[in-house]
Amino acid sequence: MPRVKVKRKSTLIDMTAMSDVTVLLLTFFMLTSTFVQKEPVQVSTPDSVSEIKIPETDILQILIDQDGKIYMSLDRPADKEAVLGDVAAQYGIELTNKDIQSFKVLPTFGFPIKDLKEFLALQSHEQDKALKGEVMGIAAGIPCDTTKNAEGIDDKNEVKMWVKSARAANSNLRIAIKAAAGTPYPIIRNLMTSLQDIRENRYNLITNLKKISDEDRVVIK
Amino acid sequence: MAEVQQKDSGDGKKGKPKKMHIHVDFTPMVDMNMLLITFFMLCTTLKKPQTMEISMPSNDKNITEEDQTKVAASRAITILLGGQDKVYYYSGQPDYTDYQTLNETTFAADGLRAVLQDRNSEIVTQLEDLKKEKLETGMTDEDFNTKASEIKNVKTAPVVMIKGSDESNYKNLIDALDEMHLCGISKYAIVDITEGDQFLIDNYESKGELSSQIDTSKL
Repeated sequence: MPRVKVKRKSTLIDMTAMSDVTVLLLTFFMLTSTFVQKEPVQVSTPDSVSEIKIPETDILQILIDQDGKIYMSLDRPADKEAVLGDVAAQYGIELTNKDIQSFKVLPTFGFPIKDLKEFLALQSHEQDKALKGEVMGIAAGIPCDTTKNAEGIDDKNEVKMWVKSARAANSNLRIAIKAAAGTPYPIIRNLMTSLQDIRENRYNLITNLKKISDEDRVVIK
Repeated sequence: MAEVQQKDSGDGKKGKPKKMHIHVDFTPMVDMNMLLITFFMLCTTLKKPQTMEISMPSNDKNITEEDQTKVAASRAITILLGGQDKVYYYSGQPDYTDYQTLNETTFAADGLRAVLQDRNSEIVTQLEDLKKEKLETGMTDEDFNTKASEIKNVKTAPVVMIKGSDESNYKNLIDALDEMHLCGISKYAIVDITEGDQFLIDNYESKGELSSQIDTSKL
């Protein structure tokens, strides 16, 4: 019997087309997406039918988790520096350049002022832990204590002070509240009254989009 | 790998340019692109969060009671947010002695929405007509918005007060605000709950048992 000759085929595949596709996809992703912000707590916002998009810049985001811990984030490093300087000056805290740098790279902050120095001295991964309240001696979240002192001023309300400083640093700032769906209402009410006290009467509430059908939209006929 | 093959034409004539067959292997390029795509897909998000814009009234102490616009009882609806996603409402002034002054409803389409749209039916139908007109005539968004706000701001429009109890949560508030949006109600306010309102809820839950405890001499 004659031996069957197996014809050798080249296994070389032309990858040019594949490369074209991937480059296109890559371009698409680079142009349309925005980076996920690192947040100390996972917050699932409630759904709403509102279709307004949040502006991209000049945002002061107030993040509230299920337990009522309050965090804040500013999008512009220059604002952050100004706010930190302002707050430190009010409380008579002296900051080093290292502290300021540490604060500028921090995506989200939330700690009582008395722990500020200690917090900024921590390493980056330690700071992440501290924001979750896992570091001894540093409480997580910005205190929003509305109890008033003898003169009728709630001087322990640090949220108010941060927001005030942020407003002073950037007058175009918009306040956006991002709260977990299950946050108890008294916590939200506290925050809203605090904001009202400093005449911040307009703000945005961040929600997820909820689709509802046209039949559900108008019930009466 | 990138290779440059030289084809030998074989005839050995001089002066004729040699034909070059160039073949570049793109596999590493594809590998790299895939890695980059994976990175972008995992680290970024495509959807932008939606927002709701609200403006709260100023709680300036200098504004006296008279300066605040009083709402006619016939136009006022108060929504009370209770615990366990419950929602109650009453119109105008409540009757504290009767527990049935408070009505319980839900956040479903046939609950609160039906109630509010029924109260606001004139405006809702006008808004629907305006929407149809917009589809037919291709009205600009600006025109549409001005016309819509004109319709919404008529003097007879209901005014809704949203009061959240301590047991309610943030989602309830957003749901209630959503209903305002859907029912075309432009005048609404988020107000602190009063003791009287809390009493109404408790009284409703206990089916009027608390009514007997009311000290009528104090009323």
